[in-house]
Parts: sequence; structure tokens; C-alpha cells
Amino acid sequence: MTVDLAVDLCGVRLKTPVLAASGCFGFGREMAGWVDLAELGGIVTKSVSLEPRRGRPTPRMAETPSGMLNAIGLQNPGVEAFCATDLRFLAEAGATVVASLVGRSPEEFGRLAARLAGEPAVALLEVNLSCPNVEHRGEVFATDPALAAEVVRTVKRASNQPVLAKLTADVTDLVAVARAAVDAGADGLTLINTLLGMAVDVGRRRPRLAAVTGGLSGPAIRPVAVRCVWQVAGALPGVPIVGAGGIVTAADAAEFLLVGATAVAVGTGNFINPRAVVEVAAGLEQYLAAQGAGSPAELPALFKAER
Amino acid sequence: MLERRRAGAYQALTLVAPGIAEAARPGQFVQVLAGDDRSFPLRRPFSIHRVEQPGAAMGTAEIVFDVVGPGTGALARLRPHDVVDVLGPLGRPFTPPDQPTGCLLVGGGYGTAPLFFLASELRARRCRVDFVVGAATADRLFNAMEARRLGHSLTVTTDDGSAGRRGLVTDPLPDLLARTGAGRVYACGPMPMLAAVSRVAADAGVPCQVAVEEQMACGTGICFSCVLPVSGPVGEPTRMARSCLEGPVFDGAAIAWTEAGYPGGPAPELEPAR
Repeated sequence: MTVDLAVDLCGVRLKTPVLAASGCFGFGREMAGWVDLAELGGIVTKSVSLEPRRGRPTPRMAETPSGMLNAIGLQNPGVEAFCATDLRFLAEAGATVVASLVGRSPEEFGRLAARLAGEPAVALLEVNLSCPNVEHRGEVFATDPALAAEVVRTVKRASNQPVLAKLTADVTDLVAVARAAVDAGADGLTLINTLLGMAVDVGRRRPRLAAVTGGLSGPAIRPVAVRCVWQVAGALPGVPIVGAGGIVTAADAAEFLLVGATAVAVGTGNFINPRAVVEVAAGLEQYLAAQGAGSPAELPALFKAER
Repeated sequence: MLERRRAGAYQALTLVAPGIAEAARPGQFVQVLAGDDRSFPLRRPFSIHRVEQPGAAMGTAEIVFDVVGPGTGALARLRPHDVVDVLGPLGRPFTPPDQPTGCLLVGGGYGTAPLFFLASELRARRCRVDFVVGAATADRLFNAMEARRLGHSLTVTTDDGSAGRRGLVTDPLPDLLARTGAGRVYACGPMPMLAAVSRVAADAGVPCQVAVEEQMACGTGICFSCVLPVSGPVGEPTRMARSCLEGPVFDGAAIAWTEAGYPGGPAPELEPAR
């Protein structure tokens, strides 16, 4: 059986359904020595803000069972430096770029989208509505359907690329937030961001992260992420979803595709294996062949579960 | 894995890794995936203690570690011929002087390990090498015999006086710098020690390179965990540099030690502006 790994994500053709997740692949350039950036399904950049951000103090990371907590604090060089250096590099490398945007207000998101509208190297935008590592919980726009919708609407008005809204599972009713984002014009959804967590060094009697709380990622959160994709795909059929959360192997990625994701993103897996995005795609090709599927899009129909 | 042996309080692993042996420079590190238990998912960074070039046998690289948690615990249970997943060599190495120059190598605990690799390179460049090694107690010193063999002189300090002179590695430094006329200081060990060594070197006007140990998830520059505040252009505020990419070897005078949480660094007026 011939397998074609290519997928259509919001009108953009990806060579494979496997992207590198935001915040877990730097700005792509760091990985050029490990993988051919042009061969990846896509690279979701580290989130970019209007002004440079310095990030949080250290320790920024703590390993936890089957995962890790991080509180990096969105360190990035700002959108102008991003466009001048990182984006240019990615364009020359032939990468499919999903630019991740982060702002403190809907207006900031709108200005970012406007700035990137004229950058043909950006194939899609991902609106980071859900980074838990911010100083004010109010910046986690995806905890409120109305706020999430306002940001998406503002971005859509300013952008000319398809827009993914990245949501958090740290809400009571994820479907309500997802529906609000889609109604506001989001072309697709990325599910999920890290889960807000905390770990304590009992010997020193203090938090293991300088920021006290941080985002939990890695295989520990995969069942939560798969559940979220399943729920939202069922409630909003036809809305493209990028599934993310603890993908390390091709089998992990297949879980997301079976429950209805159009594509997947590898995050923490890149820290363990710098070739993870490539190897997950190669493994998926074998998996699809073994399951008698010609393309990733055929998987949901093969999934045996009642809605 | 070729061999595992005890080295005082520490463990040393010899890995058959021809690619790393050939490419590695002193000060660089490797990222090791420890054991089969993936409930501890991340790699662990270790500086390269020494390498043997491929010749009659396969090239090897050696790492030294202290058993502190589940990852290093798994490494300490490895048996010869076990396969270990190793990424490297990573990071920026020590920069040797252009001309033969006296070099003072300062190591704390198992931080001494990469300095032997450096000492061999410096000696090959006809640099005089003097060692200062320290630890909390005598059994926490790493291979002082090797330091004696590789160095022109060896000074040992321990916090409790159980070996060498009682005190910190920084205590004998001013005298040694004056007596040996060393033109370079290279240091590896705990961060407060590196801050203090950087201060002594700065006071003496001697360039000092330090190999830092920062918590790391990836080692390849993508997670932004292992950052340190370093000085940017003059007059600019510090910036957060990734120690896996820009380090682990830094100019000791470029690190904003107080801001990094180690107030014993070079005098505040020498520190970069915030």
C-alpha cells in the first residue's frame, strides 16, 4: 500500500502531519544541524511578542514523573528581530513556518498579526492564548470564551494567513472555548498547551521552579490531550485540529490522528530526541501502511469508538 | 558502555563513541539518556572527562558523575556492553591561549573531571599547567593523583581539612597567580565556586573561563531552561544566554553573577549593568 503522508491544514499543504510544537524547537535555526527543516511537516516557532521578552529567572525547568514543568516566561527577541533573522533563515531553509504569537491584550495580538501579514514565509499563525507562564492569569485568554474570541477576531481582521487558536485544557468546558474561537473566525485549533502544575523540593522546602508554578508537558499529559482532541473533534466536526501533548513516538502521534486530529505537534519529545519530528513521521508512514490507510486523513474513519 | 568504575565518591563511565572522541574539545558536554525507565524522560548533561582517539581500539569518551537521583542511579547500574543513548559533543569548549602561557586550572568536586582533558590539550600547546582542586571532604576530591601527574604543581583544599589545606579553592589562588605568573584561569565546579574564582581572577587582571553547570532539558538550544544572565554590548542590559549553546564555557567576567543568584562574583562595579 502506498502511503502519502501529506495533509491539508487550513488550506496549507504539509509534507507530513508532524509539526514541531511551539517553544520546543527554538526558532528552528538551532535544529538545522539535526534535521532537514524543509522535510518537516512544519515548525511552530517559539512564541513571538511585540517587544523582546527576557523570560523568567532560573530554575526554569523541573523534571517530573513522565514529564517536566517549565516556566521559561516566553523569552523571545521580539517580532522585528524574529522577522529580520529567524524568519529569513527559515524561509531560506525551505521550512513551512507557523508563527506563534503572544500578546498581553487583544490589541497586541492584532498588531503582531498585522506585522506578519506581509511575510510570505509565514504559512500559518498560531495564537498562543494559553501559555500558563505569565505573570497574570488574566493573560491566559483561553480560560474565557469571550476573551479568546476577542483575540481571535482581532487577529483574523489583521492577518492574511490561516489562524490556529492554541487552547488550554485547564478549563471546565473546553468545547465552549473551542466553539467561541471557531465562531470568531479561527481556521483551526491547537490542542493542548501545557497544564499548569507545581512541584516542591521538600528538602529545601521551596518550589522547584523560580516562578513557583509552571507548565506540565511530556507523556504525563498525553491522555488529557488525546481526550481533549476527541471531545472537540466530536463537538466541532470539520474543524482542523493540531493535536499536541506528550508525543514521543509514532504510536503516540497515531492516537491523536485516530481521534480526529488533522496534524500533530511534537513538543517535549524534541528535547529527548532532536530528530523526533522526522522519526515520528517515518514511523507514522509504517503505521498507516500496516493499518491499510493511504493517508493520515483516513485514520478517523478506521477508529472504533462510539460517539 | 565499555567500563564503569568507582572514582572516590564518584562513578566514571567509559563509552565507546568514536564520533564523539574525534570531535570533542575540552569543556564540551554530552547528553545521556539514562536507563530504560522512561518515567524519567529527560537526558542528563555530563562534561567530557577525557577521550581516547580511535586507534587499535574504538574511540572512547569518559564521563564522571555523582549519584544524586534516578537518572544517575540508572547510569550507576549499567554493565559493560549495555547500550547507552548519547548525544554530543555539545556546547562551546574552552579556548586555549594562542601562545604558550601559564594556566591555572581550578576544579571543585567532580568539576575537576573536564580539566584533565583541558590540561592534556594545554600541555600539547606547551602551556605550563598548575592545578588547584578542592572539595568538601577528601573523598569528594576527584582523582587528585591525575592532577599531580598532569600539572606542574598541585594544590589541594578541603572544607574540613581532611586533605590538603583547610579552606576553599579560592584561598590559595591570589598567591598562586602571583607565584606562577599564570596568564589564564580555567575553572569548573559548583556555581558559587565559579563566581568566587571569577572574582579572584578579575581582581588579578587574569582572563578566566568557567564551565558552568546549569539545569538543562535539551542541550541543543531549544528549551531555554539553562539560561544565565551575561553582559551584552557596553551600556546594554544583560541578556539571558543559553548555556548549552553559548556555554557551557563562559568568560567569568561576562556573567552577571549576582543577578544569577551567586553574589560572590567579581566586585559589583565590575559586573555588567542590569
